[in-house]
Amino acid sequence: MRSATSLDDALRILRDERRTPVAGATDLYVALNFGTLEQKRFLDIWAVEELRGISERGDMLVLGALATYTSLIRSPLVARRLPMLVEAARQVGGVQIQNRGTVGGNIANGSPAGDSLPVLAAADAVVVLRSVDGERRVLLTQYYTGYRATVMRPDELIVAIEVPPVEGKQWFRKVGTRAAQAISKIVMAGVRSSHPRIAFGSVAPTVVRVSRTERVLASTGDIDEGAGVLAEEIAPIDDIRSTAEYRLRVATNLLRRFWAETS
Amino acid sequence: MKFTLNGETREIAVNPATRLIDVLREEFGLTGTKEGCGEGECGACTVLIDGEPVCSCIIPVSQVASAEVTTIEWLNGGHPLQKLFMDEVGAQCGICTPGMIMAALSLGPAPTLDDVRTALAGNLCRCTGYAAIYRAVLKWRGMPLEDGAGGAVVA
Ligand SMILES: Cc1cc2nc3c(=O)[nH]c(=O)nc-3n(C[C@H](O)[C@H](O)[C@H](O)COP(=O)(O)OP(=O)(O)OC[C@H]3O[C@@H](n4cnc5c(N)ncnc54)[C@H](O)[C@@H]3O)c2cc1C
Ligand code: FES
Ligand code: FES
Repeated sequence: MRSATSLDDALRILRDERRTPVAGATDLYVALNFGTLEQKRFLDIWAVEELRGISERGDMLVLGALATYTSLIRSPLVARRLPMLVEAARQVGGVQIQNRGTVGGNIANGSPAGDSLPVLAAADAVVVLRSVDGERRVLLTQYYTGYRATVMRPDELIVAIEVPPVEGKQWFRKVGTRAAQAISKIVMAGVRSSHPRIAFGSVAPTVVRVSRTERVLASTGDIDEGAGVLAEEIAPIDDIRSTAEYRLRVATNLLRRFWAETS
Repeated sequence: MKFTLNGETREIAVNPATRLIDVLREEFGLTGTKEGCGEGECGACTVLIDGEPVCSCIIPVSQVASAEVTTIEWLNGGHPLQKLFMDEVGAQCGICTPGMIMAALSLGPAPTLDDVRTALAGNLCRCTGYAAIYRAVLKWRGMPLEDGAGGAVVA
């Protein structure tokens, strides 16, 4: 394990050698303790202060990759601009996990159950990647190429997440077995405006925006029709945590609740 | 590597990837910090880093460089919260107790039952059923043993 003290330092190390970045370690060290981690060489980026801030740049809300759930919960800026992210952060793990788990780690880890992902997908958030060669921006919805597969190169880091202004009422729900501990079974984030924006976690190999459902709701405003299209649009993962049928029912119920509670 | 441990500056030479809990227990002999699950779920291993509770079983020791680490030993056995855990029988087998107490220490001066529940949501106890634990913490802060709605939940 090496430790980087600045972003330049970290990016130079990643240019020269293959190392797995370590942020809050709340995913990595669980895997390490479990013996399921393949990687052996690490780069600790926890001390890279440049990646920690939460700020506004132009009309963008900018979340540093190392922003923890606790810092999101405490940020007046996030509360004002993206309250559904505060709600999601409050429901992650217990306080101990909120104090270390980061938004960059949640995205890079790529679990389709990551709680911040539907929020960021519904908000049209952009992932900012940087290497020694420069910076590039990728929409969160285009960041994943498959189950736990992303467009990030090994010499890159997620440095920030940019969130454009969100118009409309924001809504977040997570349905899981145990609020504090369970990796969520189904997560939904929605924004209610003339064109609703709706994203689900844990119903597909990656976080998904349900664009067909969104279009139907935008044009007809008919929730029964929307729920019907949703059922065709998503293919829930049938894994150890719950069956596909159950997930589909929960997803449809969440959509209906979102529609009723934001009307 | 240097950090502050229970108020004293300490220096160690250890693999930076070592888990904080192993450094505390094996390098410093501070065995008050317990390991339950080893995966961040149970909170038995809770210590404070710069005053904030964390699970020491999933933290590489590299991340406490120049930070302040506080363990249950810092309370020296004489803290009012420790006494209340005994009086209220908030500790039975005791595995969860050091972690519970460390997590509770970060509460503000006037926590409601709801605040206590939230602060301890990451700490599991298999013995007490939690009521005695919440009671100990609320009594420590001199707060009523009720939830906001007035239901006597932990009395
Ligand atoms: C008890 C417990 C409960 C949990 N509950 C939840 C929950 O309710 N909801 C939820 O979504 N998650 C939950 N998690 C999972 C975890 O806490 C989150 O996914 C967290 O956001 C991960 O962030 P981290 O900084 O700890 O990541 P790390 O473990 O440090 O890293 C995770 C992955 O991301 C990579 N990475 C990290 N930062 C960067 C970066 N800046 N650039 C490039 N790659 C990077 C790492 O290389 C690694 O592959 C829980 C975990 C535990 C232990
Ligand atoms: S031992 Fe660390 S959380 Fe269970
Ligand atoms: S007293 Fe036994 S686990 Fe809490």
